[in-house]
Amino acid sequence: MTKDLVKTLADLKEQEVIRIVEDRLKAKEDPLKILEDARKGMEIVGKRFASSEYFIPDLVYSGEILKAVTEMVKPKLSKAGEIKRVGKVVFGTVAGDIHDIGKDIVVFMLDVNGFEVYDLGVDVPAQKFVDKVKETGAPIVGLSGFLTLAFDSMKQTVDAMNAAGLRDKVKVMIGGGQITEEVRQYTGADAYGKDAMEGVSLARKWAGAK
Amino acid sequence: MEKRWEDMSSDEKQEELFARWMSPKDPQGNDLKFQSPQAEKAYKERITRIKDAIQMRKLPDRVPVFVIPSFFPVYNAGFTPREALYDYEKCCMAFKKLVTDFEPDAHIGAVAPGPGRVYDILDYKLYSWPGHGVPPEQSYQANEGEYMKADEYDALIDDPSNFFSNTYLPRVFGALEGLNMLPTLTGILEIYGVAFNFIPFGLPPVQATYKALFEAGAEAMKWAGAVGASNMEISAAGFPGLWAGFTKAPFDVIGDTLRGTRGIMLDMYRQPDKLIEAMEKLTPIMIKMGVGAAKMNGQPLVFMPLHKGADGFMSDEQFKKFYWPTFRKVMMGLIAEGAVPNPAAEGKWTTRLEVIQDLPKGKTLWMIDQSDIAKAKNTLGKVACMYGNVPSALLALGTPQKVKNYVKHCIDVAAKGGGYIVSNGAFFDQAEAENVKAMVDFAKEYGVYK
Repeated sequence: MTKDLVKTLADLKEQEVIRIVEDRLKAKEDPLKILEDARKGMEIVGKRFASSEYFIPDLVYSGEILKAVTEMVKPKLSKAGEIKRVGKVVFGTVAGDIHDIGKDIVVFMLDVNGFEVYDLGVDVPAQKFVDKVKETGAPIVGLSGFLTLAFDSMKQTVDAMNAAGLRDKVKVMIGGGQITEEVRQYTGADAYGKDAMEGVSLARKWAGAK
Repeated sequence: MEKRWEDMSSDEKQEELFARWMSPKDPQGNDLKFQSPQAEKAYKERITRIKDAIQMRKLPDRVPVFVIPSFFPVYNAGFTPREALYDYEKCCMAFKKLVTDFEPDAHIGAVAPGPGRVYDILDYKLYSWPGHGVPPEQSYQANEGEYMKADEYDALIDDPSNFFSNTYLPRVFGALEGLNMLPTLTGILEIYGVAFNFIPFGLPPVQATYKALFEAGAEAMKWAGAVGASNMEISAAGFPGLWAGFTKAPFDVIGDTLRGTRGIMLDMYRQPDKLIEAMEKLTPIMIKMGVGAAKMNGQPLVFMPLHKGADGFMSDEQFKKFYWPTFRKVMMGLIAEGAVPNPAAEGKWTTRLEVIQDLPKGKTLWMIDQSDIAKAKNTLGKVACMYGNVPSALLALGTPQKVKNYVKHCIDVAAKGGGYIVSNGAFFDQAEAENVKAMVDFAKEYGVYK
C-alpha cells in the first residue's frame, strides 16, 4: 500500500515519509515524481505556516525531512528536474549582522512559493548584493537585519543599488526584529514585511504573480 | 530579635531583600557612603518607587523610568564597542555618563560589554566580539551551533555539572580543550583513587588549560575591580543598580547555547521526552543561580533574558508543552526565596499573555518589547509590573516629539493603578540621545500620580 507522500510530508511524519520513499524507489518509480510530491508536501507546509498552524520548529523539521528525501532520491536522478519558477529574489542579512533565523524563514517561504532565491547568507556587504543582482538580473532584493545597526547597513545597500544604476530595476524589501515604517523610510527601501508571509506577498506582487 | 532567613515566608524574604537593597554595602561590608544626603535620599526614593510599582500594593509617587541599553552608552560616550571591551575605564565612563546624562530610576551597571581580553585568552567561540569576528564599532553577536550533540541528552541529564566542565566548556573555549581529559572527581574515594585520578592533571594539554584559566581569572579580577568600583560610584550618586544577577528559562538554556535553535526544534519532534527531562534537570540549577545572586548581592531582582518563547517561534501548544512549565518553575523557585524574577520578553509575546499571567501578584517584573501593551495590561499586567514597549526604531529614527507621544500613550494605557515603568523595550545600540532624553524627561513630567 503506498501512502500519500504529499500528505505524510505535510503532516511531518518523518519515519513514514522515509518508508514511502524507500518503497517507491524500490518499485522503480520516476524519481522526479517523488520529488514533485515532496515539493507539493512542502507547499502545504508553507501554507500551514502562513495560516499560523505551523511555526518555526515545524518548518525546520520539514526542511530536515525534505533533505532526507532529496538525499535518497538524488542518486537515482539522471538530470535535475525542471521546476517552473515565478521570479528571482536576491536575499541576505546585511553587513555587520550575523542573524540568520529570520532570513532563513523568509528564504524558505519564498522557495516553497516558487521563487528562485539567491541566498547570500549573513553579514553581506552592499557590493555583494549589487553584484548578485547584476549577475542574475533578479528584480527583487530582500534585506534582513535584527540589530539596530542593520538600519545603516540596509541604507548603505540601497544607496549602493542607486550608485550602480540598479535602483529603478529592483524592488527592495526589508525585514527583521526592530523594523518599522520609520526604518523603511530611513533606508529608502520600497517596503517592509512584518513576517515571512508579508515578504512572500510583496515578492508575489512585484513579480506580477497571483 | 531578627528572624532567621529559613524561618521567613516568601513575602518576608522579598521584603528583606528590598530592605537590603535600600541599604547598600561597600566591598568591605560597611554601609555605602553616598555622595551627599540628597543622593542617599534620591537612592531610597528610587527604590521605593520601583518597589511600589513591582508589588502593586500602593501607587508609587510617579511612574518610574528605566533606560536599559545594550551598547548605546558606549556610542553615546563617543567610544567604540571594541574600546569598551578592552579599556575598562572607558567602559565605566560610558555607563556613568549614561546615568548622569539621562538620570533614570535605575541602572544596569557597566557589566554588559564584558572583558575582551578574557575572551581572547580563552579563545571563546560562542560569540564574535568587536574586532574579533565583527567590526570594532559593532556589538558582539552569538555564533549559534550544536555545542551539545543530539545524542548527548543522557550525558547532560546524568551529570549536568560534569557535562558542562568536560564537554561543553572545551567546545566553546578553544583554550580549555584540556578539560575534556579530566576524570570525574567523584572517583577520588579513598587512597587508591588519588594517584590515578591526578594523572590527567599532569598532562600538557590539561596544564595549558589551567594556565589559561589562571590568566583569564586574573584578567577577570581586573575587570571586576574596575566595573565594581564604577557601579558603586553610580549607586553612591543615588542610582540603584537594577539586577542582582541573572538566570534563564531552561528551554533557552538548551536552545540558545547548547543545542542551538535548529537543534532544539528538531528535538521537539525527535526526542521530546529527553528534552523535557533535561529541562526539568536544569530547573533547580537555574533557581539556585538566581537565588544565589540575589542573596549574595542583597537585592531582589534577577534578570531573565527570554528568547525562543516569543510569538512565532513556536505554537501556543508547543509553548505550553515545552517552554512555559519549567520557565514558570524557575520563577516560582526564585519567588519562594524572596527574589523577583525579571524576564525580558523581547520581540512580541502577545499570544503568550494568557498563559504567562498564571503567576502570583506583585512577585515578578516583566520587560516587554513589542507585545500589545493594552492586551498586556489586561492580562499579565493584572498580576505583574511591566516596563518597556518604547520601540528601538523610534529611539533611533524618531523625534523627541514622537517619543513623547509614544510615552504618553504607554502611560495612559498601562500606568493606571500602578504596575508600569516607562522604558525602551529591547536592548539597543543605536539611538539619538535627544530621543532617550525625551523618553526619560517626559515620563518624569507626565507620569506623576495625582
